[in-house]
Amino acid sequence: MSEKSFPLPSSLKVTPGTEAAQAAYPYYAQFQPGDDERFWFYNSMHFPEPMHHFDMITAEAAYCALGAFNTRVHVLPTTKGIDHRIINGRVFIGGVPVTDPEEVEARAAEFQQRGFYYYENWEKLYDQWKDKMKALIAQAQDLPTPHLPQLEPMETTHTGKGVAANHALIETYRKQLNGYYQMWHHHFEFLLLGYGAYMTFFDFCKTAFPEISDQAISRMVAGMEAEIFKPDEEVKRLARRAVELGVDQHFTADMDIESVLADLDKVGGPGKEWLGELETSRNPWFNVNVGDGFYHYHRSWNDDLSMPFAALPGYIEKIKAGENIERPMDQLIKERDQMVADYRELLDTEEDKATYDQLIELAHRVFPYVEGHKFYCEHWYTNLFFNKIREFGALLAEHGFWEKEEDVFHLTHYELESAIIDLMLSWSSGSPPMGPSRWPAIVAERQKAIDTWAGETVPPALGQVPEAIDDPAIVMLWGITRESLDTWLSDGEGDPNELRGFAACNGVVEGTARVIRSVKEIDRIQQGDILVCQVTNPTWSPLFQKISAAVSDIGGSMSHMAIVAREYGLPAVVGTGNASQKIRDGARIRVDGGKGTVTILEQSAETRELEDA
Amino acid sequence: MDAVAWFADVGIADRPTVGGKGGSLGELTQAGIDVPPGFVVTVAAFEQFLEKLEAREPIRPLVEALDPQDLGAATKLSEQLRVRVMEEAMPTEVQDALKTAHARLCEDGQPVAVRSSATTEDAEDASFAGLQDTFLWVLDADDMIERVRECWASLYSVESMTYRRKQDFPEVGVAMAVVVQRMVDAKCAGVMFTRSPTTGDKSVITIEGAWGLGSSVVSGEVTPDKWVLGKITGEISQRDISDKHARQVPAEGGGIVEIENDDERRKSPCLTDDELLALREVGRRIERHYGKPQDIEWALDQDGKVLLLQSRPETVWAMKDAESAPVRKPEGKAYNHVMAIFGGKKK
Repeated sequence: MSEKSFPLPSSLKVTPGTEAAQAAYPYYAQFQPGDDERFWFYNSMHFPEPMHHFDMITAEAAYCALGAFNTRVHVLPTTKGIDHRIINGRVFIGGVPVTDPEEVEARAAEFQQRGFYYYENWEKLYDQWKDKMKALIAQAQDLPTPHLPQLEPMETTHTGKGVAANHALIETYRKQLNGYYQMWHHHFEFLLLGYGAYMTFFDFCKTAFPEISDQAISRMVAGMEAEIFKPDEEVKRLARRAVELGVDQHFTADMDIESVLADLDKVGGPGKEWLGELETSRNPWFNVNVGDGFYHYHRSWNDDLSMPFAALPGYIEKIKAGENIERPMDQLIKERDQMVADYRELLDTEEDKATYDQLIELAHRVFPYVEGHKFYCEHWYTNLFFNKIREFGALLAEHGFWEKEEDVFHLTHYELESAIIDLMLSWSSGSPPMGPSRWPAIVAERQKAIDTWAGETVPPALGQVPEAIDDPAIVMLWGITRESLDTWLSDGEGDPNELRGFAACNGVVEGTARVIRSVKEIDRIQQGDILVCQVTNPTWSPLFQKISAAVSDIGGSMSHMAIVAREYGLPAVVGTGNASQKIRDGARIRVDGGKGTVTILEQSAETRELEDA
Repeated sequence: MDAVAWFADVGIADRPTVGGKGGSLGELTQAGIDVPPGFVVTVAAFEQFLEKLEAREPIRPLVEALDPQDLGAATKLSEQLRVRVMEEAMPTEVQDALKTAHARLCEDGQPVAVRSSATTEDAEDASFAGLQDTFLWVLDADDMIERVRECWASLYSVESMTYRRKQDFPEVGVAMAVVVQRMVDAKCAGVMFTRSPTTGDKSVITIEGAWGLGSSVVSGEVTPDKWVLGKITGEISQRDISDKHARQVPAEGGGIVEIENDDERRKSPCLTDDELLALREVGRRIERHYGKPQDIEWALDQDGKVLLLQSRPETVWAMKDAESAPVRKPEGKAYNHVMAIFGGKKK
């Protein structure tokens, strides 16, 4: 076999015409000369698309927190944090392993006092965690909408407030930024420890049962009452209430949501009661976004009701037909416990059975956090955060800094602060702001760069190929192993019509691929289609009643999407890398959710020409 | 002891009289597994026959005197003994018992399979499976009796005799029972292991199958389709559909014949997912019944009904199990185990 390697960071060229956009990313995220000596991989799992400049805050806030807990709070023995770099809009990351045996030993001693304390007191600390998170969310909700009055309200004078409205802009902005950085600390407070406990059980199962599937292990560990199931359960509840209140005829496949809401309001009585139920569901459970929450454009159900509303007619029809659409909780728990018992019975020795009992118990203790944290962090808080930034976008657009509120995301968080101060100064002095003559050209230039980068192929990794990857953080969070590197290195040698991913839920289905790039397109999905998308997460689950299988670019076998797919018995392959690029809309494909393969059976020349044109 | 014993009346404990295969089929029948009906021509029938033969001239002492290295002598003896077994008239009561049983088994003249069921065959420590004979699609009672005789004669094949001499089995204990079983006109057939043959994993079931009778799979003449299923989950984690060029089917005048598969059949999986899951259910039941992993032969009749033809304990991995250490020893606190992940590689 020929020796293959990844390109060196220094060999990557910034795409001509995008140099200024590249240079505008923070200096600490630019590749450095010494970076050629290290191994980097493209974080396509979390950042599959070119980064808007503002959205880079998610990367830096997350790595500030992840590294802090690994390196200095829990003191993981063999690994420190994650360094990140960005080029042509793509985020590459590299681990910082600890290799000196003495240092590993010293850190192991620390870890056993720190990490072990968390395991020992897990439930108590997790209860505290939820209180902390809810308080942080409440703080963000209390932040005022940025606003500059023509004159300061009389109240300021009468109360002797002594602070004018322009100060509230910077105060709100900084508080919101602080909150976001803090949220990511909370996010990583338990995460690696939780994954570590899960991985310990996982490794045990893989040794005892070499051919056990990842999904079987995940099913044994999965919690039943996790937050991820709540949004869909709320949609079911709303469907039930619509039938009970006799307003179900308003919900049809081709409804216009705004007019449905207006009609229900007009109906009065039962209509208003249903709208009240909708409000109850929305807070907090519709604070889920349709992506992973890492990009500003992953909007939430609350921002766009099309996802939950798309599911209502189907659920209503089933309820009226007398079908039970509730999750059979008792049965699910019984099945899971039976599975745990059945695998246990296959173990040869009493010692193994005792270890197995210890490990599954630990995994069940930590898993509520592993499953639940995303709702509070990546969904609820992130939605509040990006929507607050959007409010700044709207305010600055109003003052001519740019055309539309979304343009704000083309600025880095430093640049946005400068624009806010520019506006504060202008309001204060009475002179026009300078931003309007500066930002529109930059926004246009960066939008063009993002569009250019979006069409580029990204190498999966850069730099030196490591002998082995035994950094537990990288293995756990990104699922990257020596085997996956080998696959990357041999890319292009396999069947071009076959895509591989994680087998998320068993079953073989052939059907029409519906490549969905945003929630706006969900009404294109016909009964029985195979959903192909970039990221799937639990918020797509209301669609599962309509589709026959699901394929995603991103996600592992313990991703939330996989967990939900298994509950619905929906064949699914996740983490294919590029299915949404390689598969054309309307193609005939076969999904094998047991093997983790997707085969393109027929892709009409017509669709291909259209795409290539 | 009777010359004939029905499956429903025997179990694995009866191996000394009905042989390993007969005992196992009886055991499965009693456990409620669908096994094509049949009976065993017991060791008693063989002993009666042998007694009649030895009354003329001894047999066992000749075998015991054999030098296993002397192939020439073995060949010569084998030829002599085979002629004697094939030509000696069967004791009347044995012959009557066989005919009566056959009439009862095949009321409508259904064909049968005749298989040897040696008392040592399938023994966990000394498997000489394959050294005995199997006759498929045997059409009538007379033919069946001839085949029983051939099974008996196979005890005196060169391979069989020299094997026994090398193992130093006393000839007195060596006897042969014969299974006579209603033949399944199989749509497809194959084998099933209730653990992985490659890794020994007890949590998966491996199923191999091909079109037609199972003989093509067992003999290795056709590369079978192969699936791996989760024993507990039922998930199908591997599907290798092979090019199955031919299948074995019943021949008009008895016996079997190989015919070519057309293009479509060659490439089609011989089992549906539902059939795979039905096989897995049966595999799990048998394994539970015996309390250990099994090596199973199965067939699907033309209606898709699962029928069991044979089950014996898996031996290769069972031997390794005995020596293997636990995966991990329990710890004082469950979370001490996480050092396996976080602690780095132990030197």
